[in-house]
Amino acid sequence: MFGWEFPPHILGGLGTASYGLTKGMHANGDMDITFVIPKPWGDEERGFANIIGACNTPVAWRDVSWDYVNSRIGKIMNPQTYFDLRDHIYADFNYMRLNDLGCIEFSGKYPDNLVEEINNYSIVAGVIARTVPCDIIHAHDWLTYPAGIHAKNVTGKPLVIHVHASEFDRSRGKPNPTVFAIEKDGMANADHIITVSDLTRRTVIEKYGIDPAKVTTVHNAVIPLDDEILNLKRTDTKDKVITFLGRITMQKGPEYFVEAAAKVLKKTKNVRFVMAGGGDMEKDMIRLAAKRNIADRFHFTGFLRGKEVYQMFRDSDVYVMPSVSEPFGISPLEAMEMGVPSIISKQSGCAEILDNVIKTDYWDVDAMADAMHSIITNKALYNTLRDRGIEEIHGITWEKAGKKVIDIYRKVIENRQ
Amino acid sequence: MKSVCFYFKIHQPFRLKRYRFFDIGNDHYYYDDFANDEIITRLAQVSYIPMAETLLQMINDSNREFKCSLCISGTAIEQFQLYVPEYIDLLKKLADTGCVEFLSGTYSHSLASLEDPEEFIREVKMHDDLIKRLFGVKPKVFANTELIYDDDIACLIGSMGFKTCLTEGAKHILGWKSPDYLYASASCPDVKLLLTNDKLADDIARNFNNTSWDEYPLTADKYVDWIASLPEQEQVVNLYMSMDTFGSFLPKDTGIFDFMKALPRFGKEKGVRFTTPSEVVAKLKPVDMISVPFPISDIDEARDVSAWKGNELQNEALGKLYGVAERVNLCQDRRLKQDWEYLQSSDHFYYMSTKNMADGASHAAFSPYDSPFSAFTNYMNVLADFLVRVEEQYPENIDNEELNSLILTIKNQAAEINELNKEVNSLRTNILNADDSTNAPKEELLEIAEKADVETPAKEAAEPAAPKRRGRKPGPKPGAKGAKKAAK
Repeated sequence: MFGWEFPPHILGGLGTASYGLTKGMHANGDMDITFVIPKPWGDEERGFANIIGACNTPVAWRDVSWDYVNSRIGKIMNPQTYFDLRDHIYADFNYMRLNDLGCIEFSGKYPDNLVEEINNYSIVAGVIARTVPCDIIHAHDWLTYPAGIHAKNVTGKPLVIHVHASEFDRSRGKPNPTVFAIEKDGMANADHIITVSDLTRRTVIEKYGIDPAKVTTVHNAVIPLDDEILNLKRTDTKDKVITFLGRITMQKGPEYFVEAAAKVLKKTKNVRFVMAGGGDMEKDMIRLAAKRNIADRFHFTGFLRGKEVYQMFRDSDVYVMPSVSEPFGISPLEAMEMGVPSIISKQSGCAEILDNVIKTDYWDVDAMADAMHSIITNKALYNTLRDRGIEEIHGITWEKAGKKVIDIYRKVIENRQ
Repeated sequence: MKSVCFYFKIHQPFRLKRYRFFDIGNDHYYYDDFANDEIITRLAQVSYIPMAETLLQMINDSNREFKCSLCISGTAIEQFQLYVPEYIDLLKKLADTGCVEFLSGTYSHSLASLEDPEEFIREVKMHDDLIKRLFGVKPKVFANTELIYDDDIACLIGSMGFKTCLTEGAKHILGWKSPDYLYASASCPDVKLLLTNDKLADDIARNFNNTSWDEYPLTADKYVDWIASLPEQEQVVNLYMSMDTFGSFLPKDTGIFDFMKALPRFGKEKGVRFTTPSEVVAKLKPVDMISVPFPISDIDEARDVSAWKGNELQNEALGKLYGVAERVNLCQDRRLKQDWEYLQSSDHFYYMSTKNMADGASHAAFSPYDSPFSAFTNYMNVLADFLVRVEEQYPENIDNEELNSLILTIKNQAAEINELNKEVNSLRTNILNADDSTNAPKEELLEIAEKADVETPAKEAAEPAAPKRRGRKPGPKPGAKGAKKAAK
């Protein structure tokens, strides 16, 4: 498996999803998973997968001793793996900037020279593919597609790619041609494509022109939250709190939240609205709230980190995600697990699997306001959504998602033979 | 000789339009006229009218030997009157044959039997009055909303003078017993029970065009044969079906109408009679008592009332609605009372069901909403507005008893005024009769009468129920205003 992020060092939803899926697949048994990431830190959870760092994989021969390797990267990787990998170097990469172990440095983030890093990643993939025997190759998101293709060419094994988001979602319809080309190439070379929602599946089929028979949806799941988070105490507030949580950008539809808030506040007094998160539209939203004359009851928190996010959920009576386009959207699932009734847009991928939420079109401000009002005024609706929501989330496990992925593997391998 | 009773159910609720919370207090019209018109007109074209014509033809062709019964809700009749008035004429024709029995039921297809006995009695009376007014017959057999029934309901309908009730032949109540006998209620033995035979009804309603069914295709010959070959002691088969099954669920080209038309002929050959429940009950004696401690119905797999009372949302909505039952019935406002009927329809609660197992599909299929939550939200918004209007009629801080006594006082005053008026009138007649006496005393007497007359209008200002006199118009706003004044 090729991935870009892995908890705890994550920058977005990709890492969490890759982690959850890998763990879920492992739980189904009979799986030997090697997970390649650009730069492991050593504190990743192991046991269910063998993690190999691209930055620890030699691409040029260096005559180093076991002890030296052990002292350099022993905390991160078994030195024996290093020597195994060193035996499979397939070309001379000494012209590149390498370190003392003959490895390429990776940032593991999304640096400015991202395309170069992606390229390096696929060079490393060639070494790993020659070293680690496998039956199938699985690449998560466009950053790792070139590596996946390379590994497929080396081993002749089938390639499955996993679309967590497409350039069309990220750019709201104005894709970066380089990224688009990489994605398209990956999809064309893949033996099968997994998407996180039917919404994304449609994008892949319609925008990238892929044969529908090759694309299957495996919805994301949720990793159960720790007790520590679930036991957070609610801050005492007299008023009901309705929350928007996420990046304040066009994709997330924050302006619809403000407009709905204005409608609710016209009728109801004992309610406050919170817009948590940061983003390029934050200032516009502050201005909009002032213009609608609701600033006294509409609050901005700025960017929230770690536990603050969950504290925010805990203090909320309603969570709203009015995303204009969302490949999946994990946060309503987390809100529900914390017992917060949620309103989500029909344009988000998670709407496909959730029943105990209220779904509205993102542009239907009236419906959204109506749903908010209904939840805060009708205790019965609040209780039902809360209790059934928690129950529902407990049924959405990565283990089931992992099972589906394994079934796809089986099919792909069968088709090959 | 076996008897078969067909019961055709017709019900349509007044579906609510999309009603947002900011409409509360501003908009008092709740109904989706377009959808209601469209649905009933479409069903009338494909199902209700052709089916009624089929029944009429069957009755005439069989020399009035074919008989059946109809259960029509008041809200359905109102919609026919509004949108398909010709159907009412067709029903009248059916009624005139004397071969169609109209069953009693609740006016708005409501759940009042489970929530509020007094309201239930009022609803049934209202329904039966409507049937009597339109078709000239008074229903004698009772069939509740979706055949909801339990021991308490048996007592209620017994107390209303019904001797027969149709209900569901639920497996968990009957156990090994067959539904094809006449039973009696355990709690109120005067009430005899007719139980539906679901298997034979489903063979028509569900399996008729089910090509994967092993008995497909079903012919009238075969079907009557099955009934004729039932054990000899089983004397009555009750087939309860929604009328729109014929023509809508089973379209005309499945041959369903021809199947129906062929039934009387084969029935005659094999000794199966198609008859009405009243005739059956007159002939048979109950074989056993049946006790139903928990309510049953003919809906969903569980055959209980969980389709309407299965979750917190539904119970909340029902509780809020029936919480004001007494109040609304004290009101005189015509529109308020009309809304009260329409809001009671069980369908609104059915849409809120969150069952998502086998029955979920049928819940979703009939619901105009995309989820039970939006059904609940919409209904609660409407209900909120309705409650505000009830509150405007009678402030909430007066409790019902106080209100009752105030209304009683007003009523008594009305009676008193009536008495006084009679007195005045009789005095006046006396004076007029006193022709023989001198003129002077007559004028005097008249003067006295005038005085008495002047006194009463002052009272009358607050009194609507006063009788009409001297062309004076009766109080336009009965009850409501008087109560408010009295309360102050």
